[in-house]
Amino acid sequence: MVLFFQQLINGIMLGAAYSLVALGLTLIYGILHIPNFAHGHKYMWAAFTSLFLVVNFHTNYWVSLFIAMVVLGLVGAGVERLVYRPLRNVPHINSFIAAIGLLLALESLSLIFWGADFRRFPTLYDNPIHIFGIAITLQRLLVIVAAAVFIILLQVFIKRTWLGATIEAVAQNPEGAQLVGISIDRVSSLTFGIGTALAAAAATLIAPIFLVYPTMGGMPNLKAFVVIIIGGMGSIPGAVIGGLMLGLIEALGGGYISTDYKDLFAFGALVTFLTLRPMGLFGKGVR
Amino acid sequence: MNQRAGKSIILAILVIAVVIPLVVTNKYYMNILIMSGIWSIVALSLNLILGYTGQVNLAHGAFFGIGAYASALMMLKLNMNFWLALPLAAAIAGFFGFLIGLPALRTRGSYFAIGTLCFNIIVTLIVDRWEGLTEGARGLMGIPGPSAIPLPWGGEIAFKTMAAQYYLVIGFLFLTIFVLRRIMQSLVGRTFRAIRGNEELAEALGIHAMRTKLLSFTVSCFFAGVGGALYASYIGFLSPEITDYHVSFDALIYVMIGGVGTIVGPIIGTLLFVTIPETLHVAAEFRLLLYGLILIVMIIYLPRGIVGWVKDLRGRKTKQEVSWKQ
Amino acid sequence: MEAMMTIQGLTRFFGGLAAVMDLSLEVQSGEILSLIGPNGAGKTTVFNLITGTLLPTRGRVLFQDHEITGSRPHETTVRGIARTFQTTSLFDDETVLDNLIVSHRCRTRMGLWDALLQTGRSREDERRCREKAEEILNFTGLRERASELARNIPQESQKRLAIALALVTEPKLLLLDEPMGGLTEEENIGMMDLIRKVRTRGISILLIEHKMKVVMNISDRIVVLNYGQKIAEGAPQEVGRNAEVIEAYLGAGYAKT
Repeated sequence: MVLFFQQLINGIMLGAAYSLVALGLTLIYGILHIPNFAHGHKYMWAAFTSLFLVVNFHTNYWVSLFIAMVVLGLVGAGVERLVYRPLRNVPHINSFIAAIGLLLALESLSLIFWGADFRRFPTLYDNPIHIFGIAITLQRLLVIVAAAVFIILLQVFIKRTWLGATIEAVAQNPEGAQLVGISIDRVSSLTFGIGTALAAAAATLIAPIFLVYPTMGGMPNLKAFVVIIIGGMGSIPGAVIGGLMLGLIEALGGGYISTDYKDLFAFGALVTFLTLRPMGLFGKGVR
Repeated sequence: MNQRAGKSIILAILVIAVVIPLVVTNKYYMNILIMSGIWSIVALSLNLILGYTGQVNLAHGAFFGIGAYASALMMLKLNMNFWLALPLAAAIAGFFGFLIGLPALRTRGSYFAIGTLCFNIIVTLIVDRWEGLTEGARGLMGIPGPSAIPLPWGGEIAFKTMAAQYYLVIGFLFLTIFVLRRIMQSLVGRTFRAIRGNEELAEALGIHAMRTKLLSFTVSCFFAGVGGALYASYIGFLSPEITDYHVSFDALIYVMIGGVGTIVGPIIGTLLFVTIPETLHVAAEFRLLLYGLILIVMIIYLPRGIVGWVKDLRGRKTKQEVSWKQ
Repeated sequence: MEAMMTIQGLTRFFGGLAAVMDLSLEVQSGEILSLIGPNGAGKTTVFNLITGTLLPTRGRVLFQDHEITGSRPHETTVRGIARTFQTTSLFDDETVLDNLIVSHRCRTRMGLWDALLQTGRSREDERRCREKAEEILNFTGLRERASELARNIPQESQKRLAIALALVTEPKLLLLDEPMGGLTEEENIGMMDLIRKVRTRGISILLIEHKMKVVMNISDRIVVLNYGQKIAEGAPQEVGRNAEVIEAYLGAGYAKT
């Protein structure tokens, strides 16, 4: 029973992190209509950025999280401007290739700057607290809480602010949005920035729990894709629910069935969804 | 005029390819040529599903790996002869392509790309963890090469020297090119291009999209398997990394930079990317950075790759390489 | 004349909105039947329901007495229903001739092995595709454009090519979705001639068109849709005088009672 609750909490925490990363991805997909393969590597850079700040400048954890979000948000916007915008009107495969190029560049830059070593992220929230007889570090709880806060903030932003409305407008009907004077360029940059910032937040939240290393972005990247396919590409509620589902599947599957093959569950879930319901839980069907 | 020029270029390349081992005896360079040959087969096969049929397949490395492991395991554990193992391994790779294609090809575009990428991960994970079958991370060693072919008039063709191995690989490369060209110049090839050009229209014209894509995918995976089996016997050692999605990315880069949708393009791309790292003696990370940047710059400014760029320079719009014989 | 195609009670909902509601009509063999109605009346949706691009919520489609409701698009084409699209859909990067050659594919049987071994069947199929392509090339007046890329030819030629592609599949029923879209008066006349020529080959035609002069001129019968429902049907003159039709197009107050 204890194992169950332990894994449940783990699952929710993993799910929260996946949701955050997937949220960024799904936002970007809604605007760009291509999956941003390099998302995970910006996530990785965010972890390194905040690690760098905390270790070398002893910045407060939350401040460095904020700074990482800003920095990566700018990087995201910059990437949109320099790489994806020129490819807006050509076949999507070209954007895939560009994303792969970006992925390689980001990964190698990280190897060059930081080296291949695995690093620990020092944190103040290491001490375990006990709830209902389960030991769980404060950090893990923080991940869940912080993720929830961000999700709510995002939802408020999208639904209640003018900027958020422009994002929805461009996602639904780019031509119509242009006709009413919305700048697609600006919205694209903004969305990319926000999406990347969310991934940055996820990275900094998770980094203290796992290790930080240059190839750490690969798996979360792929899992984020699994999430948005399960949830429906372009759907915000889909990213949240899909993320939670994936986190739970992994934690419970890994705990009860096999840790060796735990990554397989994610991809097994993906294959299932692609076969049975490719548009995901909240996506729109075809015929 | 264009036809004849094209044909003489191909002839020249053929002659050079055949004559090279007589001129180049340096083992280092021979190795590069042989690896280029093997990777060219992989790139060309990816080009079939990607360049000609328009589906972004990111699992190619997995099928390459399946071919390699299948061939190696059959030779090691079933004592099978190379000449039997290779075609069987390729058939196994093709068969897996068919199996994966069935669910995967019901999706399109981004979904298909992600789905294949994830499938690739699954394969790598399984090859890595299923130690009973694949020896896992320890890898397979001592994979035999091709056995000698006895000649009717006495003596035999052995494959011990570099030159012999080179000719083996080139032979399979020519076979691959021959088969792919035959397919693409036929009505079947036109159907692939129709799917790539405008899938909805193709369906409205009575073309069974799913069947067409499945065929292209299966053939593509078959030849990836051929490349894999050749690799296994040439290197003699396998580890799960060769099924990794980075292999898929590599193949993708060779095809796109060389020139997608042409026969020559993937070969040029492969040559470039196999030979350049050997000449650029910098650390792996810097090379990777260079690849990434080149890829980004090229895809924005030269999306049809080197071959496409050359064709544009010569003042023609890039058309697919098909001609009906008059 | 027997009915080439029959639609019974065809209905399609999108969410709560009925794009097509309880539509029944027949296309007689050898006739030109026009489907008209204000924008958004559901005309293209009807085409999509016939060809199988969309699944009907209710209702049946019968073609030559066979039920084809819910068949996939390539199946309906093989059965003999071909179509064009409202936004011209071509193989942009292929030449006009190559466009036509591949369109005959559905009437060939060669497979991968035929291609590899260059069997008699493959040579036969490829020859027939080329012949058919040449024939339709001449029939639709596109001979001069044969080696131009589809994306480079003028609008009118593109519209002709779209029809040519459909014809190469050897249909018995042709669905034309606004074939005159964006054409001048003069080009309209040329297109009308082409459509009449198609009819002389025994192909029945279901036509969606907005240009009233064309519709009145060329149709044997007209069906009028409004908000997804049939509001009138008959010979051009009858429909032209129908009060409900006039009201649908011009609003109440224009209909003479």
